[in-house]
Amino acid sequence: MKLLRNTFRKLALGAALSSLLLGGQAANAEDTIKVGVLHSLSGTMAISETTLKDTMLMLIDEQNKKGGLLGKKLEAVVVDPASNWPLFAEKARELITKDKVASIFGCWTSVSRKSVLPVIEELNSILFYPVQYEGEESSKNVFYTGAAPNQQAIPAVDYLMNDLKVQRWVLAGTDYVYPRTTNKILEAYLKSKGVKPADIMINYTPFGHSDWQSIVADIKKFGSTGKKTAVVSTINGDANIPFYKELGNQGISAEKIPVIAFSVGEEELSGMDTKPLVGHLAAWNYFMSVDTTKNAAFIQQWKDYIKNPKRVTNDPMEAHYIGFNMWVKAVEKAGTTDPDAVQKAIIGVEYPNLTGGMSKMLPNHHISKPVLIGEIQDDGQFVTVWQTNKLVDGDAWSDFLPDSKPIIADWTAPISCGNYNTKTKKCSGQNY
Amino acid sequence: MMTTTSTQAGIRAGGVFKRLPKLAGCLLAMIFLAAQPALAQDAGSALEQLRTGSMAEREQAIETLGSDSNNLKLLQTLQDGKLFDFKAEGKLVFAQENATGYQLSDPLSGAVLAEVERGAVGKISLNNKLRGVLRKTIAQLQLNDTDPVLRLIAVQALANDIDDKAVILLRDHLASETDAEIKTAINKMLLLQDINSPEKDQRIAAIAALKDLDSQDVVNKLQALIEKDGDGNFLEADSDVRNLAEAALIKIRDRMQAYAALETVFFGLSLGAVLVLSAIGLAITFGVMGVINMAHGELMMLGAYTTYVMQQIMPNYLGTALILSIPMAFLVAALVGIAIERGIIRFLYGRPLETLLATFGVSLFLQQAVRSIFSPLNRSVSTPEWMSGSWQINDFLSLTWNRFYILIFCLLVFTALLQILKRTKLGLEVRAVAQNRGMARAMGIPTARVDAMTFGLGSGIAGVAGVALSQITNVGPNLGQAYIVDSFMVVVFGGVGNLFGTLVAGFSLGIANKVLEPYAGAVLAKILVLVFIILFIQKKPRGLFPQKGRAAES
Repeated sequence: MKLLRNTFRKLALGAALSSLLLGGQAANAEDTIKVGVLHSLSGTMAISETTLKDTMLMLIDEQNKKGGLLGKKLEAVVVDPASNWPLFAEKARELITKDKVASIFGCWTSVSRKSVLPVIEELNSILFYPVQYEGEESSKNVFYTGAAPNQQAIPAVDYLMNDLKVQRWVLAGTDYVYPRTTNKILEAYLKSKGVKPADIMINYTPFGHSDWQSIVADIKKFGSTGKKTAVVSTINGDANIPFYKELGNQGISAEKIPVIAFSVGEEELSGMDTKPLVGHLAAWNYFMSVDTTKNAAFIQQWKDYIKNPKRVTNDPMEAHYIGFNMWVKAVEKAGTTDPDAVQKAIIGVEYPNLTGGMSKMLPNHHISKPVLIGEIQDDGQFVTVWQTNKLVDGDAWSDFLPDSKPIIADWTAPISCGNYNTKTKKCSGQNY
Repeated sequence: MMTTTSTQAGIRAGGVFKRLPKLAGCLLAMIFLAAQPALAQDAGSALEQLRTGSMAEREQAIETLGSDSNNLKLLQTLQDGKLFDFKAEGKLVFAQENATGYQLSDPLSGAVLAEVERGAVGKISLNNKLRGVLRKTIAQLQLNDTDPVLRLIAVQALANDIDDKAVILLRDHLASETDAEIKTAINKMLLLQDINSPEKDQRIAAIAALKDLDSQDVVNKLQALIEKDGDGNFLEADSDVRNLAEAALIKIRDRMQAYAALETVFFGLSLGAVLVLSAIGLAITFGVMGVINMAHGELMMLGAYTTYVMQQIMPNYLGTALILSIPMAFLVAALVGIAIERGIIRFLYGRPLETLLATFGVSLFLQQAVRSIFSPLNRSVSTPEWMSGSWQINDFLSLTWNRFYILIFCLLVFTALLQILKRTKLGLEVRAVAQNRGMARAMGIPTARVDAMTFGLGSGIAGVAGVALSQITNVGPNLGQAYIVDSFMVVVFGGVGNLFGTLVAGFSLGIANKVLEPYAGAVLAKILVLVFIILFIQKKPRGLFPQKGRAAES
């Protein structure tokens, strides 16, 4: 098996080299580099993921206009895993073995990523994952271009604590892995900062929850003690709209009890009645409203591509923008799309992000990003009220959970491990 | 364009701002003074700061502008988000959106200026801190308004975020105030301050006067009196005051508990109303006709989308659009329902499994149709003004308007349906066919037509329920799926074929859910209710109110 794979690799290398030498002369199936796009185009997640599919098509289109990659044209292979987690794994296998894609850009929910992970590791391919997530993972084959908890949740809490002087905390989330892990990290972090357990309220609700009356009433009671209270929300998707509506109806304004959300971006706001949301906060690594020439160009390009001047850009789109361009740079550096070579070449690659900084791929397969906190305006955009003065390096394993504190991820020699215990000096081999 | 003199004024103003804290005390006096030339110059630079400055500079500018009551309109424009920066001329303007762009006018004089495109003006943005400052500044200016309603709002705004300056301001205002309600509000606020007074008598008097008020502020103040500091000493040294505070707190807490119970009942009833609304149509199609209609949820979804379309047609009359949506949604859903019945279900009577599968297919078809027509994204349905906010009875009890209206709406729909079944010819025929189909046909009732009408009626009511749902949940292709299980649950629990059973079951499940929720959490509460129903159905398979008689037994 290994021999076979090596032979394949040599063949691919040879093909790449020869095509380089021959220029665009060889006209056969090997003429294009295939890029897999694994985003749900139907089902519940289609709302968010369809946009990312279009973003990828736009980026690939643009790269082709610039002359492609390694002298070949790029070709997008789009599949629809239909918001069905096991289907993500099947489609990933199909992309790698049948379509022979050079890399995959995809997934949104953590559970879909976890489903793809074994396949991508077994077949040794590459996945770029563009969404903010709960951390506690670093795979040799996955590059995490979204925010790790220390690039979103922790700075958000710092902002509330230092700038808004918040003393009481409501951690509200949807009941699944991302909110649960994030809240576990946040709870440990708050306690380490001297917040008493009585001043923390944790609440979980099912997906698509719409009856928020009693939970919002509880939050109101919790926040009426005179101490400044804030809600840290990891509530996902649809459930946010009735949540904010109920907050507005029960008279909880952003000035009294601000809500900081990690999953509400421009795209989500565009389908909402924003009246009850004005003044509430969100923490991201990118806002459409950030005023840089690069961002303005990107927004214009997106509107032109999608042929709709009202469409918005958001954080995961920027993540794909950075991730795709980093991959392009790494492939050019390695001179091949071979996964092993690209995995090695991409570490340390830098590419300017849209908010004016230079993001870098780190040895733990996460990237450095700025953290921005914005207030929601009535036009569905954010006004940045706070931002980190330099980029923050993504941390795969949280320093605030006792179990993962001694663990680091480093995919460069000599460690080459996604789960390396600095105390026992051992690599567990389990990357997730 | 900035002239040299105004630049100098800007520099001078900068000096003034550094001394602002000291000046703050004088602010009160300033309000009563007529605008002086020097002030007017400050205002000019403040406007410039408001236009181009950072958030911190804007805050200073608002405070400067707040010293002159002539600026009230400008500040209100800013608060409403209508103040824009006219980039080409470098000045602040009031902008009213129209079809092509913005109609500009002067924010102070109201004089009509140019009409510009969208990109020509930039909105002056605010953050939470600025909004707070702005509200307070406006309140200070409005305290002398002739309209008592505005004065009351001003007093409440000042009392919400009280500081020494506001206390002095309100104390002075009390002497000249004539409105009784405003006087009470100010007095309450001043009494709250008296709890921290250095005089023991004043503290005791304040507690005595406040102990009958249902106010969260009072609770917090009293609670602070009986708390201990880090060394275990009481913060309030005097034990008399402490005991009084404690006794008052116990009483208030008792009242709070009663209000909390009331609130839970209301929450339960309003959740129940949603359940009843979504189940009541099913109670007819499933309960009376015996058709397992898996597309029932999608009929509700159609009702919700009808509301969306109506609001798109008349965007300036949201409330009217919502009310008009009720008959429209009934019509749309009823027509689709009749089409489903005539096209599919009538071939499948007596074959429940096939009906279930066929209607499930219909539900997928409807979902995808909506996805293709309206996009898979959720649509935003606005809530009219009179349905937002809450009915604030006191600090511990407030009922949200949207839920309140839905509760009433649910009861209205239920009564109307009951009347239709009891008093109309269609109702009579429906009941006759439900009781004994063969006999009804023998008596000359066109059962096929009655079946179609009954199914249309049930579907139409599902559409009406969709209008109500559009006000509290997301309008998207998946809306129906979220409610279909609950609907079946309510109908089965209440007793198939019994409308009253559906009503009682909906309300009791709603209340049970809300009583459990604080202890068990939203997820577990739902599971517990489901487990209860499973056990209940084991014991009484025909639900709460089973139909009796020979026809029902078979």
